[in-house]
Amino acid sequence: MTPDVILAIAVTIVTAATPLLIAALGELVVERSGVLNLGVEGMMIVGAVMAFAGAQWTGSAYIGLVAAMAAGAAMSALFALLVLVFRTNQVVTGLALTIFGLGLSGLIGQAFIGLPGVKLDTVLFSFDILVFASVALTFGVGWFLFRTRAGLVLRAVGDNHTSAHAIGHNVLLVRFLAILFGGACAGAAGAYLSLAYTPQWVEGMTAGRGWIALALVVFATWRPVRVAVGAYLFGTVLILQFHAQALGVQVAPQLLNALPYLATIIVLVLISANTGLVRRNTPACLGKPFAPDV
Amino acid sequence: MLLEFKRRAQPSRFAQWTAPVVAFALTLLTGALIFLSLGKDPMAGLYYFFVEPLTAAWSLEEVAVKMIPLAIIAIGLCVCFLSSTWNIGAEGQFIVGALAGSAVPILLPGFDGPLMLPLMMLCGFAGGMAYGLIPATLKVRFGANEILTSLMLVYVAELLLDWLVRGPWRNPEGFNMPESAPFPVSGRVPELPFIDADRLTIALVIAVIAAIVVQFMIRRTIFGFSVRLAGIAPRAAAFAGYDANRTVLLALGVSGGLAGLAGILEVAGPIGQLRPAISPGYGFTAIIVAFLARLSPIGCLAAAFVLSLTYIGGEGAQIAMGLSDKMARVFQGILLFWALVADAFVFYEVRLKRAPAIGPSAEAADA
Repeated sequence: MTPDVILAIAVTIVTAATPLLIAALGELVVERSGVLNLGVEGMMIVGAVMAFAGAQWTGSAYIGLVAAMAAGAAMSALFALLVLVFRTNQVVTGLALTIFGLGLSGLIGQAFIGLPGVKLDTVLFSFDILVFASVALTFGVGWFLFRTRAGLVLRAVGDNHTSAHAIGHNVLLVRFLAILFGGACAGAAGAYLSLAYTPQWVEGMTAGRGWIALALVVFATWRPVRVAVGAYLFGTVLILQFHAQALGVQVAPQLLNALPYLATIIVLVLISANTGLVRRNTPACLGKPFAPDV
Repeated sequence: MLLEFKRRAQPSRFAQWTAPVVAFALTLLTGALIFLSLGKDPMAGLYYFFVEPLTAAWSLEEVAVKMIPLAIIAIGLCVCFLSSTWNIGAEGQFIVGALAGSAVPILLPGFDGPLMLPLMMLCGFAGGMAYGLIPATLKVRFGANEILTSLMLVYVAELLLDWLVRGPWRNPEGFNMPESAPFPVSGRVPELPFIDADRLTIALVIAVIAAIVVQFMIRRTIFGFSVRLAGIAPRAAAFAGYDANRTVLLALGVSGGLAGLAGILEVAGPIGQLRPAISPGYGFTAIIVAFLARLSPIGCLAAAFVLSLTYIGGEGAQIAMGLSDKMARVFQGILLFWALVADAFVFYEVRLKRAPAIGPSAEAADA
């Protein structure tokens, strides 16, 4: 392989990793506040279609990006209303959000199938703004969670909502804001798919990436920098399937396509087997509803 | 917060029965608003979705045909969800069950006779069960989250099916179509007798039997008690001596097995062969069925009918009004949202808050 080829592969790995990284960082913040939002896939795909729609209508990919983030946040607000106000089961509500999002995106995207997309400009090297934003976000989230007072409050809410409430913190407000952030991130991740990765609208184009992002958070044991490491590893696996055929590997394409999903399972098993590591880092109130009056 | 929630000591039976009905009514209302926003006549939209399929014999039969896999999968999911084991990979178990059952006629072309179908069903159940036991084992042995592993296995199962029907299991006389050879008559589920059915098979009876058996299992057996206890109070279940790992394995085994059975009944029933796509997302829609039925296996039969209606109604509305077929998925998602909200009112007394409490916790309680 020539250096040119290696460089080209490295670039594609980064572009494959970026949506995973953005979505997983958003979900990491949500889970650190003690909420499990399984609707990432749904918010991501609505983000993808809204980004495409926004870019089509205005001709600007950046407006598409903003539309995607707003749509993701709106979806997550619906989730927040159900789990925070009505105290519905977080697992099921997240699933409902994914099912709803897959349907809604198909409904909105009906008009866009086969249309050429608007591509996000590259700003430096061959990367667009979201690639740099995702790297900045990695360190930004790490700094926020572990170096600021607000981040400490968020982690306190996630680790023990009763104590956080008792010392006067507004548990539901903290969780609401975290959920909105997660939604906006999922929307932006979806926008990356339809504006940069493959600038077009295809039904179901997220293809399980929202779920892989959820697995990445566990893989990273709720640490931002490890999320980035995991995202680039998965980007490599995702890209491997394209290059394996070019390199003349004689395997069924279906097996190559199954690699990212199998890798997710293997990685989850390897990390979860280390119970001490997981237990130390899992937000203690993850998935538990908070009832202020009880 | 504007609303005040107080947990009810004893949720009323009336509320438990009416909650799904109210959820359905609210779904219709939300649907009408969506039709309006799409510039379609809301009354016509709701008519095509929820009434028209009931007016003709053939469409009513189609609703019943699609209701079968939804009901059988959902009945198994009830066991899982009651024990707080989150199997969301039923779609994968459905596919692997279909594959395992289809292996009998495909790999043993000489084999025939009355034992064919029972053997296929047995293999289907076993295949789905084995596939369901993968996430169960990974959870029990390594603590891996079953939500993510069971879901990832759906994609793997879809690709496995795709590979088989395009590769080794493709019909050699099928003009290169990605399909298996059609199953022999002995490998097809018989049509329902006594009514003039074209596609409706005795699988409907199997679904009803499964509902009754699992309902009995949950309500009247020690296993059912341990399942429910594991869901409500896992620590109490552990103190009472119920092995949590065993519950996870049994719950995922039963639900995987039933999903697999639904899979083989579908390919040996209305479809009659393996194809690259054998399910329009039954495994995921069944999750909604289970929750709309409030995790009651017998209730799953009614809930499956409602969800099946959205599939058939969706096809009708697509033809008559030019609506996207995705509208059915939107309806399904909204139905689950409303079912969850309605449940909140079953378990909590919800009141508007009048005067805010005074004291340091007032700010927090206000959020």
